[in-house]
Amino acid sequence: MSLLGLSLRNILHKPLRTALSLILFALGTGLIALLFLLNSQLQDKFDKNLASIDLVIGAKGSPLQLILNSMYHIDAPTGNIPISEAKAFLRPEHPLIETAIPLSIGDSYRAYRIVGTTPEILDLYEARLESGKIWKSPMEVVVGASVAADLGLQKGDEFLSSHGLIEDDDLVHDDAPRFAVTGILAPSGTVLDQLILTASQSVWTVHDHQENEEEGHEHEHGTEALPDKPLYEYTDQSITSILIRFKGRNFQALNMQRNINENTNMQAATPAIEINRLYAMMGVGADALRTLAMVIVLVSGLSIFISLYASLKDRKYELSLMRVMGASPGRLIQLILLEGIILAVLGYLIGTALSHGSMELLGARMEDSYRYTFTGLTFVKEEAWLLLGALAIGFIAAIIPAIQAGQTDISTTLSEG
Amino acid sequence: MLETKNLQYAYPEQQMLTFPDLNFPKGQHGLIIGQSGCGKTTLLHLLGGLLTPKSGEVMVNGVNISKLPASRLDQFRGRNIGIIFQRPHFIDSLSVGENLILAQHLAGLKPDWDRVAELLERLNLVHKIKSGTDRLSLGEQQRVAIARAIINHPSVILADEPTSSLDDSNALDVIQLLEEQASSVEATLVVVTHDTRLKNKFSLQIQL
Repeated sequence: MSLLGLSLRNILHKPLRTALSLILFALGTGLIALLFLLNSQLQDKFDKNLASIDLVIGAKGSPLQLILNSMYHIDAPTGNIPISEAKAFLRPEHPLIETAIPLSIGDSYRAYRIVGTTPEILDLYEARLESGKIWKSPMEVVVGASVAADLGLQKGDEFLSSHGLIEDDDLVHDDAPRFAVTGILAPSGTVLDQLILTASQSVWTVHDHQENEEEGHEHEHGTEALPDKPLYEYTDQSITSILIRFKGRNFQALNMQRNINENTNMQAATPAIEINRLYAMMGVGADALRTLAMVIVLVSGLSIFISLYASLKDRKYELSLMRVMGASPGRLIQLILLEGIILAVLGYLIGTALSHGSMELLGARMEDSYRYTFTGLTFVKEEAWLLLGALAIGFIAAIIPAIQAGQTDISTTLSEG
Repeated sequence: MLETKNLQYAYPEQQMLTFPDLNFPKGQHGLIIGQSGCGKTTLLHLLGGLLTPKSGEVMVNGVNISKLPASRLDQFRGRNIGIIFQRPHFIDSLSVGENLILAQHLAGLKPDWDRVAELLERLNLVHKIKSGTDRLSLGEQQRVAIARAIINHPSVILADEPTSSLDDSNALDVIQLLEEQASSVEATLVVVTHDTRLKNKFSLQIQL
């Protein structure tokens, strides 16, 4: 019967008292661990999807909305921009721009966004095909890894898109041609996992078709290859936005943003700035939650303290008996400290299980709204610090009762009977 | 053996208590009798090193325990002195057997379940080895307390009113057991009591 065994037995001997302390401690540490997990995975998601994009050009409106929609695909588009106006930025010979990726956003299939773009988007996100090939004709799509897994899409499958970004049977383009899957992307950990990619022309095809329909014309769309006409020459069409990577971040490049904002009907936004603004806004909520979690942890520390302190009164005789049997005051101090620390460690372990479990559950729900796969099965290094903090709280909560236990007046206690 | 010289003790703001010199040879059993409030329990706590005397000395096995440093004293007590109290108390979270194992562990000895089982067998309690101590009758509890006092083969066993909360038949059983078990480990046995039922049980009696 070692001291450790004895402290464990003492803890288990008072199940209600122990449960109260454990639940509080687990709630506090669990909430903090959950915040750590969420934060690290959200940050990871935002960072991975930055994809060294220097500028996003789109319709005027909220710059944050433009960034969220074009880069993270979690908000509605700000509107469309006519290619006639944007064509300068799409030209490969632009002196400042290394890569310009057009995006056409607005249709979806079973709530997964169909994005009209160019194949260079794969290079931008360093994604590659797992199977099949890239689109060669309008109405051919390449499907992100998570979309394929979730919807069970395979090469050769066909589907009808629907208008808008949410799943709504009434908005299905049921007269438009069907999309055909030609390739599946390998998981890249970026937003591409959650997207259905196709040529910009496909999106126009669907919408032209509908307009033609309304005008009473029947227009036949085949699966003929994409015309060899660069995108910027479709001056009668529109796109949603352009992702731009500069050749170098020089003065002229930085000036381009101001120029666009001041002199055109479009806006240009810098992802890093907008994301920092978003962090700052989310930070307030996260700080409030973190403060709440800290308070819960402190209260649970207090509950360990009170529980140990109150138990001393009941255990005065036991503690004196231990002295009679040969235990030094130091060992009594150790015993109580161990009880505090064991409670804290058990609370931490339950809290960790809770946080990872709920992260896994939350992850499944958040995947839809955040276009990102969250998991409860990873650990972050902050959790090691959390364990240290838990140990410290257990220790601090137990130190006063422990010293008190060491000072038990054995003769007086034992003669009281 | 147990010996005291010029033993004195005073509680704060109270009269000094002076105790007669005692001399119990190895294996001697004796009774210390006195009315309530005459310092019986104080004397027993002095003998067991639970209190430090104002003056004088307590020799247990030739060691002056009044002079031992605090940490050595606890260890010495655990190994050489077994104490039985008026009302038996245990570590509630542990079973009967584990309470005895704890006594070995805290005295710095190796846990020996064979010894625990053998001892409980002798006290007719081996079937209670896994029971919680609160499931025992008062008489049974006092017998486990005896087992705990003798488990480490102490040279001195001190008993403070071991029978006063027991009925006649239990009281006589317990005192007989105490004498038997003390003899079995050749320990000096000192019983402090005001229980007149014990008067004719001991040849050596000291009146306080």
